[in-house]
Amino acid sequence: MTTTGEFPSPRPSTTRRLATWLHRRPRTRLAALLAAPVAWLVIAYLGALVLMFINAFWSRDAFTGQVVREFTLDNFIELTQDPYPEITLRTLGMAVAVTVACALVAFPIAYFMARIARPRWRGLLVVAVVMPLWASYLVKAYAWRLILAEEGVLNWMLGPLGLKGPGYGEIAVWLVMTYLWLPFMIIPVYAGLVRIPDSLLEASADLGGRSWMTFRRVILPLAFPAVVAGSIFTFSLTLGDYIAVQLVSTTIFIGNAIFLNVGAAGDLPLAAAYSLVPLGIIMVYLFVARKLGAFEAL
Amino acid sequence: MTTGRGTRIALTIVSALILVFIYVPIGLVFLYAFNDAASAAWPPAGLTLRWFGIALSNTALQQAFLASIVAALGATLLALTLGTLAALAVSRYHFFGRETVSFVVIFPIALPGIVTGIALLTAFAQIGFPLGMFTIIVGHATFCIVLVYNNAIARLRRTARSFEEASADLGADTFQTFRYVTFPALRTSLLAGALLAFALSFDEIIVTLFVAGGVKTLPVWIFQSFRLNNQIPVVNVAGLIAILLSVIPVYIATRLSADDDVTGARG
Repeated sequence: MTTTGEFPSPRPSTTRRLATWLHRRPRTRLAALLAAPVAWLVIAYLGALVLMFINAFWSRDAFTGQVVREFTLDNFIELTQDPYPEITLRTLGMAVAVTVACALVAFPIAYFMARIARPRWRGLLVVAVVMPLWASYLVKAYAWRLILAEEGVLNWMLGPLGLKGPGYGEIAVWLVMTYLWLPFMIIPVYAGLVRIPDSLLEASADLGGRSWMTFRRVILPLAFPAVVAGSIFTFSLTLGDYIAVQLVSTTIFIGNAIFLNVGAAGDLPLAAAYSLVPLGIIMVYLFVARKLGAFEAL
Repeated sequence: MTTGRGTRIALTIVSALILVFIYVPIGLVFLYAFNDAASAAWPPAGLTLRWFGIALSNTALQQAFLASIVAALGATLLALTLGTLAALAVSRYHFFGRETVSFVVIFPIALPGIVTGIALLTAFAQIGFPLGMFTIIVGHATFCIVLVYNNAIARLRRTARSFEEASADLGADTFQTFRYVTFPALRTSLLAGALLAFALSFDEIIVTLFVAGGVKTLPVWIFQSFRLNNQIPVVNVAGLIAILLSVIPVYIATRLSADDDVTGARG
């Protein structure tokens, strides 16, 4: 028995007639496919973003706690006053510090994976780097809480050397974020390095370029867009985080300030206004990254 | 080869150290789940299985676990439907706004998670929709769609359209072509996308905390319990469960996609 023999013969059923009708109307077919996902994206996602944007220009009545639906710039004026500028700058500084650290740590291992490891190992290494990305983000941050605890493993290791770990605080936040977002940097950089043809490196060597020279003048410039591509993730994720921060510090970052305004203070318009700040920063960042060719490297 | 021997050895050692750096914290959570002492003190006092019994009989933890499963299944189902439809439309048709659709789909994971969270919260508050399991599912689906979409579209790009045209030439109608040609080609990629969506949803907390109302998913429960000293051992066990339930589906998904590369690549 062959499978072709089992192929159902066309019958003029209702389904068949509907199918024929659809076959003649590719536009209708397309509309049927697109209707649900586009409606979802427009209503559930873009619609929500628009409502957030509008909310940012409303205010909250201090007495009743109700949202007053009248246009005002009060939220944005409040964001220029204490403590917000400091929080914004601290978060930006953290995003830069985490991004730089991720790039510095990611480069050697990405280089090893792309240009030194044997092809058979390469696939395994990619899986080894990607898998932890999916292991619960919260639990990984919690793991660092255990490591950095006063009586935790880090102090236990450093103790005999007469040293002490950083404990909970901003350095801990920097460490945890670097740890959490590292794979997001390794993967694009690896992909960027793997794409550099050997012939370019040979050409550089033929023209008298020593290893270091080839690295600086050929490999680094070619890998740079990939580093920028990775930095989109490390930067965006750091700006939007408010959970990992709370596990290893009591410092307030943009995310915490937004969350506090939603929860305890209940000032949704102010929270909406403040969330336009990381959104705006990311938009600018994406624009610059695009100019630097990061999108082709993704 | 332009890399010198010394550099190669140095890079190998550094890479090994970075892998250790990546895996030690995860291994530590596993170890702590068996720690006899109910504290974060190192080294562990001894190994025990008793916290697993205590954790499994903890009603709050059971409910959180179930809530996470329900949320992840709901979000996966929604993402699977919407992501597949969008992928079919974008890969098989040319239309005005095609680029926009493929761009907007990736928005929810490109933007900081807190923006998605607060946007959804303001939207639900605006229309007076009560927060709970349904809003969690909606929130998770927004960023899970892209996982299904990416997997499906990668496969559709690799599956030649000529198969579908041949099917039509042989007399199959639109539905039959989908059922007998397109869907079998897509099947494993959809499964991979669904597993990734499940794993992402199961772990999610940034958006969840905004839209959960009173519902506690597993990550929310962990987040609200990690500071309570008497809860540490149970949190450790919950952490182990959370890691396993996200990593195992992803591992299967990578295997499904790996087969895909072998059979479909360079076609």
